[in-house]
Amino acid sequence: MSIAVQIVVCAGIVPDPLQVLEPTTNSNGPGLKNEMILPAVLDPWAASALYEAANLAAKNPGTPQDPSKVWLVSLCPKSKLQQVMMTVAQKVSFQLVPIDGPIGGFPDAHATAAALAEAIAALAGLDRNRLLLFGGWESANRSAGVTLQLVGEHLGITDQFQGVDQIDLRGDGSFEVLERVEAGKHQASICVGPPAVLGWATGNLPEPRNNPQVGMANMRNIMPALQKARSATLATGSLKYISVARPRQQRTTKIVKDLTPAQIASELAAWIGAK
Amino acid sequence: METILVLVHADDSGAALTKASLETVTAGIDLAAQLVASLTIGIVSADANAVAAAVASAGARLLAVSGHDFLQPRYSTDAAACEALCRAANPSIVLAPQSARFARVAAAVAFRVGGFIDTHIASVSAGPSIEATRWFYRQRVEATITRDGRPWFLLLDPGIHNAFAGEPAPASVEQITVDLPQLRTTVLGIRAPKQNAHGNGDASSLHTWETIRPEANLLFVAGAGWTKKQPDGQTHTSEAADLILGFLHASSASLGSSKSLVDQGGDGQPVLPFLTHMNQIGQTGATPRHAKGLSTCCHGEEPHVVGWRFIADRRAISLDPNCGWTRGKADVVYIANAFEVMAELNKQLEAAKT
Repeated sequence: MSIAVQIVVCAGIVPDPLQVLEPTTNSNGPGLKNEMILPAVLDPWAASALYEAANLAAKNPGTPQDPSKVWLVSLCPKSKLQQVMMTVAQKVSFQLVPIDGPIGGFPDAHATAAALAEAIAALAGLDRNRLLLFGGWESANRSAGVTLQLVGEHLGITDQFQGVDQIDLRGDGSFEVLERVEAGKHQASICVGPPAVLGWATGNLPEPRNNPQVGMANMRNIMPALQKARSATLATGSLKYISVARPRQQRTTKIVKDLTPAQIASELAAWIGAK
Repeated sequence: METILVLVHADDSGAALTKASLETVTAGIDLAAQLVASLTIGIVSADANAVAAAVASAGARLLAVSGHDFLQPRYSTDAAACEALCRAANPSIVLAPQSARFARVAAAVAFRVGGFIDTHIASVSAGPSIEATRWFYRQRVEATITRDGRPWFLLLDPGIHNAFAGEPAPASVEQITVDLPQLRTTVLGIRAPKQNAHGNGDASSLHTWETIRPEANLLFVAGAGWTKKQPDGQTHTSEAADLILGFLHASSASLGSSKSLVDQGGDGQPVLPFLTHMNQIGQTGATPRHAKGLSTCCHGEEPHVVGWRFIADRRAISLDPNCGWTRGKADVVYIANAFEVMAELNKQLEAAKT
């Protein structure tokens, strides 16, 4: 008999990695110049979490009475989220739970986590004893690795794994997890079962190809969900920014064009050996 | 008056504190001196008495959580241990290393004791207020932050402070009792990814290649150019693999890779079989700290900007003299065929060894 999984994926949106980012200060504190018009993508590691969640649900579909479910909870401006969903919705099936809130990496992770936890706790049809809470282990904007852990604590989940590259669900409901640790190694653990938090690294899956049929099915729930998205105002709390700037370091690059491979190798060998 | 708690943990052997832990002790001593604050060190280890001698001369109060349950990293036990240490020390500032073990639990501990946390801290100092610097947007934006909420947890990136190297001395350690929750997770151990050196799919050729070496002096970055067509119109992936592995063997460098090189296996293109996503640097990879970096066959922002942010001395081998990504980012760029240069370099490094 197939196990039904209930997976909530937390994922934000971030500027496309190829964009040049220019910090600025607005009325709410630091932000990025023209942030609302920068092309955005689903946070890369959170996207890995979404694809892994969909794969796990597909492998463990459950029963018609108790099917597996994947929710995608995202806190960001809903207009930007709608743009990103045009692509992401074609990848895998999920139910979107948007929270209309500020964009960017500068809001306090504590406030973000509280808003996400509140939305997850209110999900209709979610059995929290069966919850697998997925997300990226770090975001591409704040890069703190804090939000998902805090959401888990808000929800009272006491088994958490970060830097996850693999999950193997077993027939008895337990699962084996590989977490990244130092020096390019994994720590392997077995958890007796949900609820658990898994902050994903890259995982093992390639990015799914666009499937217009999946996109059309997803958009039937995405558009109404976006229209009904509740707003969240994130408190700044105790966090204060003293300065926010791009790094100024610019190196004087020496271009060496006229050496033979052997000469370059000699120069590099001396450089490598030098203290 | 601020009170500082430095959280540290033992390494995999359980016989010594990690280097990152000792670096955090140094940071704690510095900050305590600046603030004229009291300093406590909290140790998480199976046998804290065995590792406490290394920090006995730090002049700090020593607290510890000990027992077999704390031999291996695990969320439930480590979070409970750190929470107990925090409640015993009642600090206003908590410093901890940004290790996999503490990064997994520190936010939870901050939550449990009503505190706040900031991670990947690159520096911390005390002026009119305590200020910390950290990066946002994957090393593209740098910010200085402060908080008036306490307790404030700061996870310090490794490689920023010198490791504490006080003379080992007999230590007086206060053992703290921990109420553990029901343990639902069993740690099986550490595994190194299996990487195929020759890419022939033969299970007998699978070996464990330790290509990621955080302590290495040099980071070698391989770009997608290694698997592209060469001047003879053919790809030479096997030769590239041999050259790179030969260089790693001769130089003891750590291996990084661009995202495109790691990803292209999924696109059916030739791959370097020993590369995994663990080697990837940049936006969705690591930003390692090494004294020197040598990039080869790379083109793009990821390896040269994001992944190289914390590489002090940078050189590159590229066929493109006009590559905009190396200009202003690398110290020296050699315009040459990396296959030829690396073959010569390997010869010279091996000859120097013998």
